[in-house]
Amino acid sequence: MITTDIIIIGAGPVGLFTVFEAGLLKMRCHLIDALPIPGGQCAEIYPKKPIYDIPGYPEILAGELVDNLMKQIEPFKPGFTLGEPAVSLDKTDDDQFIVTTKQGTQHKAPIVAIAGGLGVFVPRRPSIDNLRDFEEKGVNYFIKDPEPYRNKKVVISGGGDSALDWAIFMAEDFASDVTLIHRSQSFRAHPDSVQKAFDLAEAGKLKMFLHSEVHKLSGNGSLDAVTVKQKEKEDFQIETKHWLPLFGLTPKLGPIAKWGLELEKNAIVVNNALDYSTNIPGVFAVGDINTYPGKLKLILCGFHEATIMVQHAFKKIYPDKRNVLKYTTVNGVNGFE
Amino acid sequence: MSKEIIAITVIDRAGTEQAIDLPTDMNLNLMEGCRINELPVEGTCGGMALCASCHVYVHTEDIIPLERGDDEQAMLDDTENVKPNSRLCCQIRITENLEGAIVELAPETNGGEEDEDW
Repeated sequence: MITTDIIIIGAGPVGLFTVFEAGLLKMRCHLIDALPIPGGQCAEIYPKKPIYDIPGYPEILAGELVDNLMKQIEPFKPGFTLGEPAVSLDKTDDDQFIVTTKQGTQHKAPIVAIAGGLGVFVPRRPSIDNLRDFEEKGVNYFIKDPEPYRNKKVVISGGGDSALDWAIFMAEDFASDVTLIHRSQSFRAHPDSVQKAFDLAEAGKLKMFLHSEVHKLSGNGSLDAVTVKQKEKEDFQIETKHWLPLFGLTPKLGPIAKWGLELEKNAIVVNNALDYSTNIPGVFAVGDINTYPGKLKLILCGFHEATIMVQHAFKKIYPDKRNVLKYTTVNGVNGFE
Repeated sequence: MSKEIIAITVIDRAGTEQAIDLPTDMNLNLMEGCRINELPVEGTCGGMALCASCHVYVHTEDIIPLERGDDEQAMLDDTENVKPNSRLCCQIRITENLEGAIVELAPETNGGEEDEDW
């Protein structure tokens, strides 16, 4: 069991900045995120897009903002549980909360801050009738560890960075046989990766089928073969135990919807007049996931909400301690006690 | 004088035709126009042609051209249920020329919320 002062669900910009503001008050934080990397949608959807409304930065790439936030919170040594979606929230007898991930990792704290943004990122699944029968039985949407694919025959689908990067990695003497299947003839990936993939195809290390898609799966209990549909050509089958459809991720509100929180249009209702608390005492919601009259889904508003929220979390954790707002210009980041 | 409010038709995922009014003077795109009319268009990426949650089929090609931008095309290459008349409506600017257009919301690519197994 991981114990901390504040469990932060969601490691996007607002979740990360919550660590900073909590750290100034000497509260420890542990972040949980379904994605394997911190940064939330800034990292997953638009790391190379500039943001223009972060105060003090006329222009900053979303990925750079995440890097900077990671640097900013480094002194406070937050814990991370990444690549694991938080699935349940339970109250304990001693007035604390236990947050459990899909993988079973448990976290305990008196305060939970939900900075879940758009929700939890789930894979975009292709429409294939019996797809679910083969999930985790030959079909995988995430590659946390490539080791199971070493010296194996692997089929990868997709045309973005993730599909290309893994196809290249596996084709370079890792898997024994790699096929890349893409619906179109152009790729939505970094030009260098695209060039590299075509070079590997040319060298006979990567089989590439364009204008093609997997549309049938077969196997008995686990995957044995995929059937590929090609534009204006006959279908053909590839025998494989491993198909990796990497079509990117899409956010869903997910398990949070079942935690007994008051919701309005897929967002958590909070008390914005006071502290961004939800209807469950001790559970707060900040950033894009919350709603209140006049809510604006902006990173800078999330930063403000997190700052207010941790002051109230402090009062809940240390009801007898007095807290006076101090300034980092006077005290640095470690000036509080 | 240009028209400040135009009317278009959106066919929702249940097949129902909904007439919506859109302002032409706010520099909005059609994804934003659908959202302000409370249609179920997520617009997850905020209009950067990076998520396909605003995928629509254009029924009035004479009003909304089917030419796609490079980013839009690349995203649609990786999207399900794409047809020749597919567009990402965040890439369609609302102007008075859109008066009378008809678009249909494409199916959500990931199935419903409830079928995710937690």
